[in-house]
Amino acid sequence: MRIVFKTDYMQDIRPWKDGYQLSLYLILLAVVFAAPWWLDAFYLGELTNVLIWAIAGLGLMILTGHTGQASLGHAAFLAFGCYANVILIESGVPFLVAFPLAGILTGIAGVTVAIPALRLHGIYLAIFTLALSILMDDLIVLAEPITGGVAGKYMGGVEIFGHLVDRWGTPEQFYWLVLAVTVLVTLGYINLLRTPLGRSFIAVRDSEVSAQAMGIDIARTKTVSFALSCAVTGWAGALMGLYAGAFNNETFSVVISIQLLMMIVIGGLGSIHGAFLGAIVIGFLPQFLSIAKEYAGALFGGGTVAIPGLEFGIFGMILIGFILFEPMGIYGRWLKIRTWFELFPFYRKDMFKRQKSYLKTERLR
Amino acid sequence: MSLLEFENVTLKFGGLTAVNDLSFSVEEGEVFAIVGPNGAGKSTVFNLISRFYDPYAGQIRFDGHDLLQVKPSGVAAYGVARTFQNIELFEHATVLQNLLVGRHRHRRTNLLSEVFFTPSARRQELENREKVEEIIDFLDLQAYRDKMIAGLPYGVRKVVEVARALATDPKLLLLDEPASGLSVEETTDMRWWIDDIRRQMGITVLMVEHDMGLVSGVSDRVLAMADGAKLALGTPAQVQSHPAVVEAYLGKAS
Repeated sequence: MRIVFKTDYMQDIRPWKDGYQLSLYLILLAVVFAAPWWLDAFYLGELTNVLIWAIAGLGLMILTGHTGQASLGHAAFLAFGCYANVILIESGVPFLVAFPLAGILTGIAGVTVAIPALRLHGIYLAIFTLALSILMDDLIVLAEPITGGVAGKYMGGVEIFGHLVDRWGTPEQFYWLVLAVTVLVTLGYINLLRTPLGRSFIAVRDSEVSAQAMGIDIARTKTVSFALSCAVTGWAGALMGLYAGAFNNETFSVVISIQLLMMIVIGGLGSIHGAFLGAIVIGFLPQFLSIAKEYAGALFGGGTVAIPGLEFGIFGMILIGFILFEPMGIYGRWLKIRTWFELFPFYRKDMFKRQKSYLKTERLR
Repeated sequence: MSLLEFENVTLKFGGLTAVNDLSFSVEEGEVFAIVGPNGAGKSTVFNLISRFYDPYAGQIRFDGHDLLQVKPSGVAAYGVARTFQNIELFEHATVLQNLLVGRHRHRRTNLLSEVFFTPSARRQELENREKVEEIIDFLDLQAYRDKMIAGLPYGVRKVVEVARALATDPKLLLLDEPASGLSVEETTDMRWWIDDIRRQMGITVLMVEHDMGLVSGVSDRVLAMADGAKLALGTPAQVQSHPAVVEAYLGKAS
C-alpha cells in the first residue's frame, strides 16, 4: 500500500498525489500522443471519435455529475456548437478564432436556456431539456438560409496557419487537434474542481439549503454551470461536425442526448475519469458488437443478418446493469478494485456502501 | 446596539401562525438559547434569519443591516452561519471539501482566474486551507480530514457541521439542536466547544436546544417559546422556574 506523507498544503492542492501518479499520467499522455504511430488509420479515427465524445461527456459531467442537474438536451448544444463553428468559418473567420467563439456562443445559448430552467428540478428539468433537443431539430430545418436545412452542411477541413487539417486527408493532425482540445478542457476542469466555483457546484448538488446558508447563490451557480457545460459541449459539437464532415438536422438527434447521459452514468457520475471511461464504452461498443456478431455468425451461421436496434438494446442492458449493480459506474468499480489491492487483505465488503439518510431538512419552498 | 434584533415578527403559513409577534434581541458576545416544546416555532426563527421565509410582518436586523433586504445567500456575507437540525452536509464530498465550501463567502477570484488557476487563485486556496486547518485543530477533526461525509458516524457529522459553519468566519453562529442525538460524552464536548467558540473566537452563539443541562450550563440568556410566541426571557434559572414555562411543558396544576 502506497502512503503519501503530507508535509505541505500544496500536496492537496496539486492535481496529482505524488510523483508516481504524475508520471503515470504523463506516460499515458505520451502513449496517446504517439497514437498515429502505433494505430492504423481506421482505429485512429475511432480514437478521435472517443476523444470527441469524452469532451462532450466532460461538458455534461459539469452540469449533471457535479451540479446535479440532469439534462437530456445536450445534443442541442452539440448542434449549436457545430453550426456556429462552421457558419463562422464560412463567413471568413479563421478557425482558431471561430472555434473558441463557437464554444462561447454555445455557452451564452446555455445561459439563455438556464434562466427559465432554474426553477425546475430533477425529472422536470430532464423533460424541459428533452424538449429543447427536439426543438433544435426543427429550428435547424426552419433556419434553412443559415443552416442549410435538411440538406445540411459540409465542412471538409479547416486551415490552421495556412495548414489544412482534415479528418480524411490528414487524420493524424486532426487527431492531435482533438487531443489538444481534450487536454485543455480536462486541465480547466481539474482547476475548476480545486477552486471555490467547482466546490459550489458540488454544494448545490448535495444540499441546496445549506449551500445557500454558506452564501452560495443557487440561481447564479446553476447558470454558471449551464454556461460552462454548454461551452464545452459546443466545442465537442464543433469537433464532431468536422469529424463527420457532413451533417444536417438529424445528426444531433435526441438519441445523441440520451447516449451522452448514458455515457456519463456508465462511466461514473461526478468524476473526470467517468467521462473518459464512458466515452470508451460508447465509442468502441459498435465495433465490439460487429466483431462479436461476426464471430457468433461463424459459430452458429447466419451472422450477416442485420438486427435492427441491437446496439441500443445492448446499450440499454448495460445501463440497467450499471444502475442495478454499480451505480458509481466504471470509475467507481475501478476505485473499489484499487482499494482492494491497496488494503489487501483488509478490504471490507461494505466499504463504499452509502448510508441512507432518511431525515432530511424539510424542503423549503 | 444589539447584534441581532427581532421586532414584532409574525409569520403565517395560511391560517397557521408559526411565529406570533415575537421580539427579542441577541447581544454581542453572549450565548443565547431558545427553548420550547415541539412546534413552538424555534427552528422557524432560524429559518427566518436565514431568509428561507419572508415574515408576514415585523423587522429583523443584524449588525445594523436590515436582513429582510437581502437574498438567502446574502445572509452569510454579513457573518451569519448556521447548522441544521437534521444535518445538511455535502454528502459526497470530503470533510475538507465541506469546510472549504464554508470559505466560499471570502472568494475573491473569478471564473477565469479559477479555470486557469492563476497565482492569486493558488494564494487564495492556501489561505483558505490555513483557516480551515485552524478549525480542524480546534474541533479535533484531524482524523476525518479526507473522509467522505457519507461514511462518517452521526456524532462526527454533527461536529463537522459546526466546523463548516465556523469556517465561514461568522459573527453570529446559529446552532439548531447541536446536541440532539449525541451521547452524554459528546454533549459534554459540545458544551465546552460552544463555550470556547464564545470565549476564544469571540463569536456570538444563538442556539435552539432541548437538552436543559446544556442550555443552563452554557447560555447567558434563554428565550422560552410556545405556539410561536414568547413565554419568558431571562437567565436559565429564571426561565426554568417561570410559571408559564412550567405550564407549557407540564400542563396546569389542577
